[in-house]
Amino acid sequence: MLLALSATALVAIALLSDLILPRIEEAYSRLRARRSRSPELMFDPGRERRAEQRARELLRSCVGDEEWSMYRDLGFIRVWGTMADGPELTGGAAYAYLIYPHRPIVAYLAQTHRLLNEYCVGFPDETRPFGSARLPDSDDVLAKWMALTGDEERLIETANMHLPGRQLDPVAVGRDLWRLARWERVRMRSQAGMPADAAG
Amino acid sequence: MKPGHGEVLIAEGDVQLAEDEQRLIEEFGRQLDAGLWAAVPVHDERGKRDARMVLAFQDIPRDADRVIFFPRAAGGR
Repeated sequence: MLLALSATALVAIALLSDLILPRIEEAYSRLRARRSRSPELMFDPGRERRAEQRARELLRSCVGDEEWSMYRDLGFIRVWGTMADGPELTGGAAYAYLIYPHRPIVAYLAQTHRLLNEYCVGFPDETRPFGSARLPDSDDVLAKWMALTGDEERLIETANMHLPGRQLDPVAVGRDLWRLARWERVRMRSQAGMPADAAG
Repeated sequence: MKPGHGEVLIAEGDVQLAEDEQRLIEEFGRQLDAGLWAAVPVHDERGKRDARMVLAFQDIPRDADRVIFFPRAAGGR
């Protein structure tokens, strides 16, 4: 009985080997390829943290004190728009942009907080020195800030424009604008020597 | 600016010295040829800060203390 079962198993294995062996070889070569690639592509959290630390120092040294504090406290920077007609024929109404790290730039009307557009733009480094084309967060913010304040029109033309809400939740952006207004009130009161909790 | 690294010092020198200036001009050209954008952080008399994009070495203010090179912008998704 045992002999018969063993013989049957051997025959079955022999018949299935044509199907199984190529798959095993394929899986093995995939595993080898992954292992040979991993040393240069491996994500190193320590390296990324140090890069971000350097990027923050650079950002801090370039933008004004208000912008730096805004980024540190709120996680984004506001840049005032300077184009005469605005990015969307705003009729001369004051407008500004919110710069988030690795998220679209959002344009909005300063008075009403109406969101105008999202501008999707990146600064990919295709030399990929550590396997990634992505700048540290603060470098991405600085690149956007320099490009916006240095040549707003060119950056806006380069970016892919979308209606608000494509990537960033308009409610969340609205909340950020509310946080920004509150932050500015507290800051102004603090600079005037008044207690911060009176800001409301 | 470099992914995984942040700020990298590429070259430094005194533009008042001809030899240094020549070296800086060459490095500036190399970075632009590599497809990078260049900007100089500036501030006005009221202390307001912004950046000036520069396309040629002559456009860099003589008193600028640094030029920052960064990957050129590309439309994202």
